[in-house]
Amino acid sequence: MNNINKKPLLEVRGLVKYFSSGRPSWLSRQGKSVVRAVDGLNFSIGKGETVGLVGESGCGKSTTGRLILRLLDPTSGEICFEGKSITNLGYREMRPLRQNMQIIFQDPFMSLDPQMKVGEIIGEAIEIHGLAKGNKKREMIADLLKLVGLSPEYAGRAPHEFSGGQRQRIGIARALALRPKLIVCDEPVSALDVSIQAQVINLLIDLQNEFGLTYLFIAHDLSVVKHISDRIAVMYLGKIVELVDKKRLYTEPKHPYTKALLSAVPIPDPDLKRERILLQGDIPNPIELPSGCRFHSRCQKRRSKCESEEPELLNSGNGHYVACHFADQS
Amino acid sequence: MINVVEKRRSPPVNPVTGSEEFRKVNAPLLDVVNLRTHFFTKLGVVPAVDGISFGVEKGTTLGVVGESGCGKSVTALSIMRLVSNPPGKIIDGSIWFNGEDLIGKTEAGMREVRGNQISMIYQEPMTSFNPVYTIGDQISEAIIRHKKISNSKARKESVKLLTQVGIPAPEKRYDNYPHQLSGGMRQRAMIAMALSCSPELLIADEPTTALDVTIQAQILELLSRLKNERDMTIIIITHDLGVVAEFADNVIVMYAGKIVEEASTRDIFKSPQHPYTKGLLASIPRLDMETERLAAIEGNVPSGLNLPSGCPFHNRCGEKMEVCESVAPVLKTVAPGHNVRCLAIN
Repeated sequence: MNNINKKPLLEVRGLVKYFSSGRPSWLSRQGKSVVRAVDGLNFSIGKGETVGLVGESGCGKSTTGRLILRLLDPTSGEICFEGKSITNLGYREMRPLRQNMQIIFQDPFMSLDPQMKVGEIIGEAIEIHGLAKGNKKREMIADLLKLVGLSPEYAGRAPHEFSGGQRQRIGIARALALRPKLIVCDEPVSALDVSIQAQVINLLIDLQNEFGLTYLFIAHDLSVVKHISDRIAVMYLGKIVELVDKKRLYTEPKHPYTKALLSAVPIPDPDLKRERILLQGDIPNPIELPSGCRFHSRCQKRRSKCESEEPELLNSGNGHYVACHFADQS
Repeated sequence: MINVVEKRRSPPVNPVTGSEEFRKVNAPLLDVVNLRTHFFTKLGVVPAVDGISFGVEKGTTLGVVGESGCGKSVTALSIMRLVSNPPGKIIDGSIWFNGEDLIGKTEAGMREVRGNQISMIYQEPMTSFNPVYTIGDQISEAIIRHKKISNSKARKESVKLLTQVGIPAPEKRYDNYPHQLSGGMRQRAMIAMALSCSPELLIADEPTTALDVTIQAQILELLSRLKNERDMTIIIITHDLGVVAEFADNVIVMYAGKIVEEASTRDIFKSPQHPYTKGLLASIPRLDMETERLAAIEGNVPSGLNLPSGCPFHNRCGEKMEVCESVAPVLKTVAPGHNVRCLAIN
């Protein structure tokens, strides 16, 4: 968290991903329903930095994580890793690059192959990339298990023998196996109990300090994101609505959605009296996006401009980016 | 047949809080006494709920806090007598509600209670609604059954309920299927269903865990409003201490099937006594505080098949003493209304 290099490790420009539902709908001009999951993202992550990506269901954060790793192909836009574009690289060209970019998944019960032993799960990538074989590989697997706080003996066991928190550690060991530079953490603690969450978060921070890792930390829990991130991007319906260092996000949020999100988080202090901003209604259907600003239908501050013009993500000073026509007026 | 306990002839003394006199004057709406629900599996017996006692006063909200496997959901299901038998069985205790022990009731008797006097909301709104019936029909079902009115009258009432829980275009939504509603709307519909017969007690089992945080805020706000309007008594089961702080009047903290601490919400947060409670509070990342490192509790929640000897928390406890490995602590009062199960507390 402390070594932030100036040159970005990862850069994303105009990233777009549309999913077509395939069936014609009278709503869409093209005759098919289109889900604009990610609709023009611009951000970068510096080496050693943790960028938190926050938002609610359907905002596009998981899709963003997968796009960066080329687990999904973008509809348009640029993804640059270490200065080089990886947007259009083919399968073979991506293969060696994958050693540098790994992922930890959300669901500890679905992300480990139940038919493989733990050692096989962790060692699979080592074998595929030809990094080690036989005893050397076994040694690496044992080291990785120890790194994540598990006994090397566990290599011979199957995933179902472990608790959620332990499985998540196995997933982390797997992600570390190739000594990547960047790890996309896709809601890695959401499915875990509170006390286990704390263990896993501490582990991720320790590993980052030890190996100089860079994280894209995707989550919906603002308290968790605050703890681990350096900068935070708030997403809503496929767009970044606010992007700023963590301190200012929590002390001076500018976007109405960010403010509502922050006020919605229950705080474990019974004496705290807060004014809660309650958003009206539900998150709109991503196939039927509101015109203008995507948030206007739920925004208490909306005015006529908001219904017709989509705001751009602009620097409102000191690297604090907001996408709102009236961000500076409280 | 679940009928192991003899029906008592007079209301029992809650062994933990209050004297017989006190209880006669201030009888709680729900009084659970020494409840034990065990699961008899091929691998052994799991004491999911192992001797818990608590009372809920009318008009108050009780928060039941604990992590996976502590027995909080089984407690709720036991109160509703919905524990599957086999493998689960209530093997001991009483559940006093309106002067009757629910454990002694027949299934037919319980059917009159469920949805009518005691209602429950579940965690996963998608899986708790029947996907092949409209939500309107499912809400009306309970109304027709308990109030014995016509279909069209029940429909009118259901639509009124849908409005009360803040669902827009309720006439249209009545005819929707569960999958046509968002998570937040389904949860509102489930609340409407639970409230349809004006129950005295509402049990909410992790009602907002599966929802986005802004929707969670809406649902909690709704429950708050309904609580005040209808003077409801609520038991809210959750692992989210933030929700408890905002919503509950009193709290019980569960671990390995037992209550390890119980107190008013204020006391639990301001002066937690049990090492597990303290550990839970310290391990939460706080939006309103700066913390360098989260104080995690070491180890894992034990499996019900393999509980440690003595105090079930000792192998994860920072304040453990040697005696904790062999002696199981009992609940002791440390302050008025504040009880703790720990040998390290005087």
